[in-house]
Amino acid sequence: MGAALLALALLIGWELYADLGGIDQFLLPAPSDVAASLWTDRGLLWDNFTVTAGEVLLGIAVSLAAGVVLAVAIHLSRTMRRATYPLLVASQTIPIVIVAPLLVAWLGYDLAPKLAIVGLICFFPVVVTTLDGLAGVDPDLRKLMRTLDASRLQTLRHVEAPAALPALLSGAKIAVTVAVIGAVLAEQAGSSDGLGHLILQSIPQFETARSWAAVVVLAAFAIVLFGALALAERRLVPWAHRSEGDIA
Amino acid sequence: MTTTAEVPVAPPLAASAPAGVRVEAVERTYRTRRGTVAALRGLTLGVAANEIVAVVGPSGCGKSTLLELVCALQAPDAGRVEAGPAVYMPQRDLLLPWASALDNAALPLRVHGASRAEARDRARPAFAAFGLAGFEAARPAELSGGMRQRVAFLRTLLAGKPVLALDEPFASLDAITRAEMQAWLAGALLREPRTVLFVTHDVEEAVVLADRVAVLSPRPGRVLAELPVPLPRPRSRTDGAVVTLRERAMRALQGGTL
Repeated sequence: MGAALLALALLIGWELYADLGGIDQFLLPAPSDVAASLWTDRGLLWDNFTVTAGEVLLGIAVSLAAGVVLAVAIHLSRTMRRATYPLLVASQTIPIVIVAPLLVAWLGYDLAPKLAIVGLICFFPVVVTTLDGLAGVDPDLRKLMRTLDASRLQTLRHVEAPAALPALLSGAKIAVTVAVIGAVLAEQAGSSDGLGHLILQSIPQFETARSWAAVVVLAAFAIVLFGALALAERRLVPWAHRSEGDIA
Repeated sequence: MTTTAEVPVAPPLAASAPAGVRVEAVERTYRTRRGTVAALRGLTLGVAANEIVAVVGPSGCGKSTLLELVCALQAPDAGRVEAGPAVYMPQRDLLLPWASALDNAALPLRVHGASRAEARDRARPAFAAFGLAGFEAARPAELSGGMRQRVAFLRTLLAGKPVLALDEPFASLDAITRAEMQAWLAGALLREPRTVLFVTHDVEEAVVLADRVAVLSPRPGRVLAELPVPLPRPRSRTDGAVVTLRERAMRALQGGTL
């Protein structure tokens, strides 16, 4: 409620500033211009949105799958941890903005460089949070499992994997918000479609309102993804949201 | 809350053949950054098959180390530990919050290869006997502290091992629940005899529950005294004989003579 009011106030302020401040519409369109563009350019926006959404969803799916596999491998094997963890951290120091065009030059204009860039960004939060979740199991519970004759994999299956699920979902929530940014960045580095491409293309065409409309669509998409994950969290890991021992 | 006294007849839970515990002249030292810490030095203690032995001692006397040695979770630096297959029951119930009470209790059966349905079928009959009927589907967060502890104990029993190593099993419960659970445990062990080694810092609990009480010295731990508790069950904490033994154990704990 408070957030909605604040957003409304900001929109009104922006509208008044753009309308009354004598700002050229090509420099800063008013929210009403952006809304108009959302409607008139809906076909164009939708076509480009499906491209970007495809990249984002596929990129997240790949990151989640690869992230979970790597997290489990690192968790189970000290050697894996020593070999891959430093590289994993190092991969996050690569400035994506700079390597994006290089990846495009190498991998071409199609889906591959987008997946690589989205993956590079999303992978890390998934691995780190999942690893923390797997390692966060109470040591006494591990001892109990050992005296129940549970193998390493049984402990993983019955105890560690479910225990890590809330952390994995937290990682996924971080991943989806940055995935959208990654996809747009990749498109701007070299692409013939997608909302990132549309934003870049619309500016020299003096269709600034359309660029803003694309930004609105992207933000809405990220919010929807985040909301979907929050919902999945409530459904899949209800125990993680209940404080312990509050129901007698 | 139901307690113990009404114990419906249920088939005993499968356990392998009774086995005892023999700990002889055990030494255990930990290396830490600040030097070495001797946890146990020359500790000797035996538990006969299906005997209940309580270990009391000041905090940090190596009680937990002793349990882990018995459960083969660690090895002694010197001396010998001979114990039948033992299952460890940690201080907190540590039930899996995502699983139902039934699935929590049935965890050992799952680990031993039973299918989910099979494990549930085998664990279900014990629920009534443990005063848990009707709570099979409840999540741990929906259970009271005492019920959670009962589920945890049932899980321990369903491991089917002859030796139980209990680490301050009731330390986290409030006083009333704790007394109820002590009575309940005594009843459960009458029905399901096991070799029990349990550590506690509560001397009264030790005397009420155990056949024998071993008093440990401060670190490095060794057995200062052993007190047989030749009293009939059920015992009440206010029985004269219980009080007398409790005082003797307290004196031994404080470094006096018996």
